[in-house]
Amino acid sequence: MALYSEKVMDHFRNPRNVGVIENADGVGEVGNAKCGDIMKIYLKIDNDTISDVKFETFGCGSAIASSSMATELIKGKPVADALKLTNQAVTEALDGLPAHKLHCSVLAEEAIKAAMKDYYDRHGIAYDESLFPAEHDCESCEV
Amino acid sequence: MRIYADNAATTKMSRTAIEAMLPYLENVYGNPSSLHTVGQEAKEALEDARARVAALLGATPREIYFTSGGSEADNQAIRSAAILGKRKGRTHIISTAFEHHAVLHTLKKLEKEGFTVTYLDVHENGLVTPEQVAAAITPETCLVTIMYANNEIGTIQPIRAIGEVCRKAGVLFHTDAVQAVGHIPVNVVEDNIDMLSLSAHKFHGPKGVGLLYAKRGIILSSLIEGGAQERNKRAGTENIPAIMGMAAALEEAVRSLPETMPRVSALRDRLIAGLNEIPHGALNGDAKTRLPGNVNFCFEGIEGESLLLLLDDKGICASSGSACTSGSLDPSHVLLAIGRPHEVAHGSLRLTLDASTTEAEVDAIITAVRDVVQYLRNMSPVWRELMNGERKFVID
Ligand SMILES: Cc1ncc(COP(=O)(O)O)c(C=O)c1O
Repeated sequence: MALYSEKVMDHFRNPRNVGVIENADGVGEVGNAKCGDIMKIYLKIDNDTISDVKFETFGCGSAIASSSMATELIKGKPVADALKLTNQAVTEALDGLPAHKLHCSVLAEEAIKAAMKDYYDRHGIAYDESLFPAEHDCESCEV
Repeated sequence: MRIYADNAATTKMSRTAIEAMLPYLENVYGNPSSLHTVGQEAKEALEDARARVAALLGATPREIYFTSGGSEADNQAIRSAAILGKRKGRTHIISTAFEHHAVLHTLKKLEKEGFTVTYLDVHENGLVTPEQVAAAITPETCLVTIMYANNEIGTIQPIRAIGEVCRKAGVLFHTDAVQAVGHIPVNVVEDNIDMLSLSAHKFHGPKGVGLLYAKRGIILSSLIEGGAQERNKRAGTENIPAIMGMAAALEEAVRSLPETMPRVSALRDRLIAGLNEIPHGALNGDAKTRLPGNVNFCFEGIEGESLLLLLDDKGICASSGSACTSGSLDPSHVLLAIGRPHEVAHGSLRLTLDASTTEAEVDAIITAVRDVVQYLRNMSPVWRELMNGERKFVID
C-alpha cells in the first residue's frame, strides 16, 4: 500500500496556489520549524470574497498537499465559507491522510484562520474571538 | 531508471547468496537436530557455515551463535552482560548517545531495572574517543557497548583502541557491527572485541538472519527458551537456508573488500563533493572516518520526507532522519546527538551506495538532489525568511 492517496500525491507533486501575494490583505503563519512543519497563507480579499490565495509550506508531503487543498477549497469563496473550513474537510478532499499525518490538515485549517484573523485585525473589522482558538501546542501533534 | 541508494536500510541479495540458499530450500530440508541422514546433512551444512563465518571474523566456530538478525544479537549480548554483571554487583554500562534502537531500547529497559548507563558524547564529527571510554569506566562497570559504524551517518569508531581500554579494565566490550561487517575489515581478535552483532541483509545476504559472536568464556543468557539449539543459548530450529545464504554473502563481501572499499569510497567522495556545491547544506559526520558507501547531508529550509518523495519520483531511493519519516515527533536521535538543531535535522538526507553503484548514477543523484532541494526551498517560508535575513542560517 502506498503511503498516501493519489489525491495527496497529486497535490504534493503539483501543488496549487504556491507562492506569495505582495500586499496581501491577510497573512497567517502557523507551526514551527522545530516540529518540522510551517505553513504560511496569503489572502487577497475583495467584496467579502477570497479573490486570491497563495501558500508557502515547509514540511512533509502531506503538509504541502494539505496546504494546496485548503487553498483550493477557499479560493473564490465568500470569507464566511473560509472561516468554516475544517481540517476534516481538507482531509476528506484529499481522500484521507494517515493517522499520524492528520495534524497537517489541522495546521492548514489553522493557517487559513490565522490569515483571516490578520485580515480582520488589519482592517479594523470586529469579529467573534471564539472563531480563532489559540494555536495548538506541539504536544497535540501526537495523534 | 531506478537508483537504489538505501543500502544501509537493506541490500539486494547477491546471486551468490541466493544460489547458496537454493539447495537448502529444495533438497536439504532436514532438521539439524534429527539423527537420521537427512537431518545430519543439514547439521553438517550448519556447522560448515558456522566454521566459515567464524574464520571470516577471526573467531572460532564455538563462539558463533546464529540469531534472527542484528536486533536479536544486540539484545542478547547486552542482556547477557547485564546478568553477568549483576551477579558481581556491577550494574553500570557505558554506551553512546547514537546507538541503534536495538541497543538503546535494551539499555532503557535495563535502566528501569536498576542499571545506570553513561551515554558518551559523540561530538560534532560523530566519533567517540578511547579516552572518553577510559574516563567513564568505574569499578561498577560491567559492559561497554559501542557500535562499530553508525547506521545513519556512517562514522567508524576507534573500536580496536576502545577494546584495548576495556580489556585492560576487565570490562566486557560489545560492538554492534551490523553496518560494518562486509563493508570494512572487522576481526574480533585484532579489534579486541568480546561480543559482536551482525546482520546478513546489510551485506547482500537474506533478511531475518544474523549472529552473535561471544568470546570463549562468556556465558550467554538465552532470550528464547526451548530446544538445545545453538549450544543451549538460542532455541528454535535453525533457519538453514538463511544461514547458508549469510555465509556465502559474507564470504563474497569480505573477499571483495580490497576491490570494493576504494571504489565505493571514491564514489562516496564524488557524491559528497557534488552535494557540497548546494548552498547551506552540510555533510553529517566525519568526512573521512566513515563507511565507504555512506553520505548524509542536512539541507536548510526544507523537510526530509518531501525531499524523499520527490527523489523517489525521479527513481532515487534514499532515506531521511526527519520526524515525518521516523513516525515520531522528533527527528533522528543520531543527528541530534551530533548537535544538529531540530529544524536542520528535519532536512536530512541519507544516501548509501554499494559496489554496484556507478559514477553516472552518482552524477544523476547530485543533479536530482540539487533540483529537488531548490524546488522545495522555493515554496518554503523558512527559506524565504533565511534569504530575507529574518532568520539566521545554521549552516553557512
Ligand atoms: C546498526 C544497526 N544495528 C542493528 C540493526 C538491526 O538489524 P536487524 O534488522 O537484522 O534486526 C540495524 C539495521 O536495521 C543496524 O543498522
